[in-house]
Amino acid sequence: MFRSAVKLITPWRLIMAAFLATGAVLVFFRFTRGLGSITNLSDQTPWGMWVGFDILAGIGLAAGGFVMAAAVYVFNLKKYRPIVRMAILTALLGYIIFIVGLILEVGRPWNMWRVITNPNIHSPLYEVSLCVMAYTMVLFLEFSQVFFEKFGWNRLMAVFHRLSVMLVILGALISTLHQSTLGTLFTIAPSKMHPLWYSPLLPVHFFLSCIAAGLGMVCFESFLSERFLKHPPRMDLLSRIARFMAVMLVAYFIFRIGDLAVRGVIGLAFTAGFAALLFWLENLLFVILPIIMVFRRGLNIGRTSLFIVSFSVVLGFIMHRFNVAITSFQLVKDAGYFPSWMEFVVTACLISAGFIAAGLAVHLLPVHGGETEKSKN
Amino acid sequence: MAIKSSGLLIDITRCIGCGACSDACKEINDLPPEIDDKLTAETWTVVREKDNDLHVRDLCRHCVEPACVASCLVAALTKTEHGPVIYDKSVCIGCRYCMVACPFQVPCFEWHSPNPRIRKCILCEPRVREGKSTGCAEACPTEATVFGDRETLVEMARARIKADPKRYHDHIYGLDEVGGTAVMFLSPVPFEDLDFNTDLVNYPLSDITWNILRQVPTIVAGGAVFLGASYWLFNRREKVKQAEQVVGPGPKKEADDV
Ligand code: SF4
Ligand code: SF4
Ligand code: SF4
Repeated sequence: MFRSAVKLITPWRLIMAAFLATGAVLVFFRFTRGLGSITNLSDQTPWGMWVGFDILAGIGLAAGGFVMAAAVYVFNLKKYRPIVRMAILTALLGYIIFIVGLILEVGRPWNMWRVITNPNIHSPLYEVSLCVMAYTMVLFLEFSQVFFEKFGWNRLMAVFHRLSVMLVILGALISTLHQSTLGTLFTIAPSKMHPLWYSPLLPVHFFLSCIAAGLGMVCFESFLSERFLKHPPRMDLLSRIARFMAVMLVAYFIFRIGDLAVRGVIGLAFTAGFAALLFWLENLLFVILPIIMVFRRGLNIGRTSLFIVSFSVVLGFIMHRFNVAITSFQLVKDAGYFPSWMEFVVTACLISAGFIAAGLAVHLLPVHGGETEKSKN
Repeated sequence: MAIKSSGLLIDITRCIGCGACSDACKEINDLPPEIDDKLTAETWTVVREKDNDLHVRDLCRHCVEPACVASCLVAALTKTEHGPVIYDKSVCIGCRYCMVACPFQVPCFEWHSPNPRIRKCILCEPRVREGKSTGCAEACPTEATVFGDRETLVEMARARIKADPKRYHDHIYGLDEVGGTAVMFLSPVPFEDLDFNTDLVNYPLSDITWNILRQVPTIVAGGAVFLGASYWLFNRREKVKQAEQVVGPGPKKEADDV
């Protein structure tokens, strides 16, 4: 017992612990002295990094869960089975972290239950909250099969199997809705956002981009899981996922550019300035570089290339959400917002907590199993 | 008496910048007396000075169809039948989406409170409900701010422009902006010169979001059919295949990952 406890303490983990402790102190300030005490938010910038990163980007990156689940259970692409559990786990953790983040982010979290008693169906945010609640539940049920398997509850497992397709379809529907509704949130502020990012079709942008980003994240975390958990990535599967991701990226990019062209603001992308620079940097990382790398090598794409591609997609995607939620507002009316170091620390703590939870789950539960269930039945 | 939706008409040509409205607002609403230089949680109306001696009031416009009301997920913000847009802290979750949605950047937040509220001008709702004028309109020495029901105010504004077209820029700000606002402005110069947001649509902003949200049932139904059909299609193919293979050797087992 003691020896294993000592083994658990590594320098890496000590740093992590110190980090999390700092986060806890900041959270204490946030709840005793208000959001203004640790963030740079203001009446001119009511939403900042926590909305852009923890909520918009975090939820988008968790999209791999519903896409992979649909691929395996609905489209019967059985070969992706080894990956689907990891994707669902990521999504579940992503949502739990998101809910924790939300409790920190909103000013009066003790009123959150009011969403159920005081619904305003005209509010896109109402739809987002409903979907988040429902989808977290669905994810939990989807993931519960892992517990059933771990504890050998075969009867429950059988029940789950009969229900799984329904659950997966339900999950995919809810995800589609709320991924896109996160975009709808911003359609109400046309005059406050830069036209390179504002669009009445933001929900479609958000939906198309989250599929690609979710798949990018699936690849990315496969490499992380190799690095930290010594679990070799399935290159045969990942390269196929990357190819599908690239197709989605092409679709997204055509839509993005077409939308700008139809609204007659595409010229802004070619007008020298900070906005155009950001626009191209975002699209270079999110779309252009990954597309080129994936289509040049096809299914023979190497590990390093695939790692770069997935990293680039994730980064570019985060940039897009930041640009929508923060930069596009600042470009219209500069309120001088830049996240405080404390906002960074809290965000980093949330992510770390997610990784720790994922690591524990992989250690303790048959997350990478998935294959075995067939032989058991 | 039929209830009329009330509002304010603010005539910038008459405003002398004395700040009596700000003081009155502070007193009536029990706010600390210091007046900030822009709208804050404790200052619900300010008078800012523009060059060539023009003074511009800023306050909530009490939109006819307010973006803040549509955006609030728990209906903490509501538009009353008398015109004011009011706030109920007992349901607000503090998400600040109303602040993002408001085209005039009006709602403010108590950034340094552990129990923060959204705060903004409430068009003196308790007074207006009783048929009284707002504190700011009553305090104004030059009638630069007048209180009344919106229709009467629009007529008054039109009459003023008509009577003295040289004095006024020919536009009532708030007549059509974002579907109309209850607080309207008259100005001697074009409104962009006074840093008003002149980039606004002339229909309610909530139309945009509602037109999207209305599609939700269709998307759900369409998606369910698509996924259901795909499931049936892709899994049937499988079953057929399995039936064919029953005779031959079983399918090769897929390579296990570990
Ligand atoms: S001005 Fe802003 S806060 Fe006031 S009613 Fe209109 S949208 Fe709401
Ligand atoms: S901050 Fe409060 S009033 Fe504003 S949208 Fe959120 S719940 Fe509604
Ligand atoms: S209407 Fe009332 S609350 Fe609004 S600015 Fe005037 S005095 Fe203040």
